[in-house]
Amino acid sequence: MAKAKFEVPELQEYPQVPTIEPGAMAHLETFKAKPEFQEALGFPGELAENWQEQAIEAMGDMLGKYRSLKVYMDSCVKCGACTDKCHYYLGTKDPKNMPVARQDLMRKVYRRYFTLAGKFFPKLVGASDFTQEVLDDWYNYFHQCSQCRRCSVFCPYGIDTAEISMAAREIMDRIGLGDKYSNEIIGKVYRIGNNLGLPGPALEDTLEGLEEDVFDETGVEVKFPLDVKGADILLVTPSADFFAEPHVDGLIGYGKVFHEAGVSWTISSKASEAANFGMFIGSYENMRKVSLRIREAALELGVKRIVFGECGHAWRVAYAFLNTLAGPFDFLDQNYPVPQHILEFTLDEIEKGTLNIDKSLNDDMVLTFHDSCNVARATRMGDKPGGQFDIPRAVIKAVCNNYVDMPADSIREATFCCGGGGGLLTDDLMELRVKGAKPRMEALKSVTEEYGVTHMAAICAICKSQFTKVIPYYGFEMDQIVSVHQLVSNALILTGQNSESEEDKSEEDAA
Amino acid sequence: MSLAITVLFYLATVILVVGLAYRIWVYARVPAPLKIVTTPAPVTKAGVVLRMFREVAFFESLFKSNKLLWLLGVLFHFGLLLVLLRHLRYFINPVPAVIELVQPFGKYAAFAMIAGLLGLWVRRLVIDRVRYISAPSDHLILALLLLIGISGASMTFVSHVDIVGLKSFTMGLMTFDWKPLPPDLLLVIHLFLVAVLMIIFPYSKLLHGVGVFFSPTRNQVDNPREKRHLADWARKLEENS
Repeated sequence: MAKAKFEVPELQEYPQVPTIEPGAMAHLETFKAKPEFQEALGFPGELAENWQEQAIEAMGDMLGKYRSLKVYMDSCVKCGACTDKCHYYLGTKDPKNMPVARQDLMRKVYRRYFTLAGKFFPKLVGASDFTQEVLDDWYNYFHQCSQCRRCSVFCPYGIDTAEISMAAREIMDRIGLGDKYSNEIIGKVYRIGNNLGLPGPALEDTLEGLEEDVFDETGVEVKFPLDVKGADILLVTPSADFFAEPHVDGLIGYGKVFHEAGVSWTISSKASEAANFGMFIGSYENMRKVSLRIREAALELGVKRIVFGECGHAWRVAYAFLNTLAGPFDFLDQNYPVPQHILEFTLDEIEKGTLNIDKSLNDDMVLTFHDSCNVARATRMGDKPGGQFDIPRAVIKAVCNNYVDMPADSIREATFCCGGGGGLLTDDLMELRVKGAKPRMEALKSVTEEYGVTHMAAICAICKSQFTKVIPYYGFEMDQIVSVHQLVSNALILTGQNSESEEDKSEEDAA
Repeated sequence: MSLAITVLFYLATVILVVGLAYRIWVYARVPAPLKIVTTPAPVTKAGVVLRMFREVAFFESLFKSNKLLWLLGVLFHFGLLLVLLRHLRYFINPVPAVIELVQPFGKYAAFAMIAGLLGLWVRRLVIDRVRYISAPSDHLILALLLLIGISGASMTFVSHVDIVGLKSFTMGLMTFDWKPLPPDLLLVIHLFLVAVLMIIFPYSKLLHGVGVFFSPTRNQVDNPREKRHLADWARKLEENS
């Protein structure tokens, strides 16, 4: 079990709502962005003398631009329905991690400067001046929200804390108080093209390496093309897929599926990143700028379709925002959804029967599936509501014999965030990440004990990175986390694949 | 006293109507630049209407969240609804048959309303999480509603008020042909508190009744891939780049 400088929560058999411990996470603060990272995104480098004035002006501007913010500031009745729904509250016991209390950090400033009641009777309605202390709370606690929207499912008015934490981060950025992790990464996307800062030549090497690996294993020449003009499909995938485990096994899976489907496809060095951290910092302008790379790449390469790899918030931006931010996509083939999720593509191929699947090759595993928060509550797959739950499960069940779901209050629209989403996947927030994973770990533990689950599949680069890092704290092994397309890859027998390699492969998996 | 209550009621009505109209205008005017519907969500407009109906009529999301809170909320809100319907008899002459039909239910609904409010208040005091998020105004609004309910129910069940005199007063308000208010302390208290409620409505969390209809996570159609959604300020951003 990994060592921690903080107390790792004990997993309970029957998860309980903890008693509040005010200030429990007040010490945890993510590193602030240096002036150069701020300026690269068009924000001031540091706090000015009159930051308070600037912040209130920025808030007024946002209230006039975002109906969500305006309506949500006014509508909360403090009923408490959301108070036991946030994984960070459940894991940390800090009451400021209850969705309503997190919102109130902004609401008390809103009431003070933008409502009659707050102007005349601040104490009565819980309004407060925008003091340094309040700003410190903003910085700490709006960076303890993974924008997973679980609270918005249970709120009777649909108040979405993600909208509020995004707006708060945008306001802080506009006064020169940014978070290093997200802002530095967005800068890398502008300079180099992806979050990992992986330049074109390195990407080419990596993809060639994958081709060799697949060839060594199967004897089949599966291509992982880069910047191929005139390809049918542009694959946009999180850059973690090029390197990290188990992400890269997923990428191999996409490549094999494309190969068997007989389509031409390419990755773009310009849009070599599906992630869009502009969403995490609530910046429409930055989110748009990051999105436009994909449009430009699609136009330059002359592709007909865009397919996204396994990534949660990237799929939210792609599915829900891309058409708005970088559309219209009338130059693409309208017979396919724009954009399409790789799971939609793969399920189509499975249903068409183009893939030769041997499910028994995954028999060394008993699987469960972690619904990624952004996919579950902010997107869809297929043409029916809920396709985002059914399609991944349909694909897993098509390639695996052993599958069970985790408890109902922890999956589908009620799924728990992995604990590392929303721009919090940084080592300076490790305590939060470990504690925030508690509800998911409890659900995983229950199916492990009851059904002998050995592996949990995920479809998000952040979930995969977060889980491989934090599950050892709870006594699991990091390789218990798998990509869904890794399972597809395991079970997919390529046309002309040499037979003895299958044995090698299953041995490897068992190891 | 009649004069004071008369003036107060006109004032309260103007504030309520103008205040709410202003809020609705603001909410309608502020754009929702992105599709942020909480999924799974309806993919058609008709589906959204149905979703909103379930939300408003059955408190669907609250039911998913917390059964006890849902029950207390239903007791209060639907109790209040029946009570309000019953009160229409004081403002319409002759009283429509449907309101006559509601009358017996409306009378006893006052108890459901009061029970719901008491339950909500106990919850606010007893559960540490809910106590933590409560401001003084959250308690005061509950107190106000409770006093309105108790003073009203007292006139129905304890100390009867001069109904004929009251109706001539309310009809007088409606027709600007002012009549005296029956001299009854409970009635004065009841009407005064109702006027206070009407006045604070557009400036308080009571706005949730309007806000829910404008909540983008609930009122949007889930069709971002099929239909391009673009706010005016975002369109300008495009034109400038």
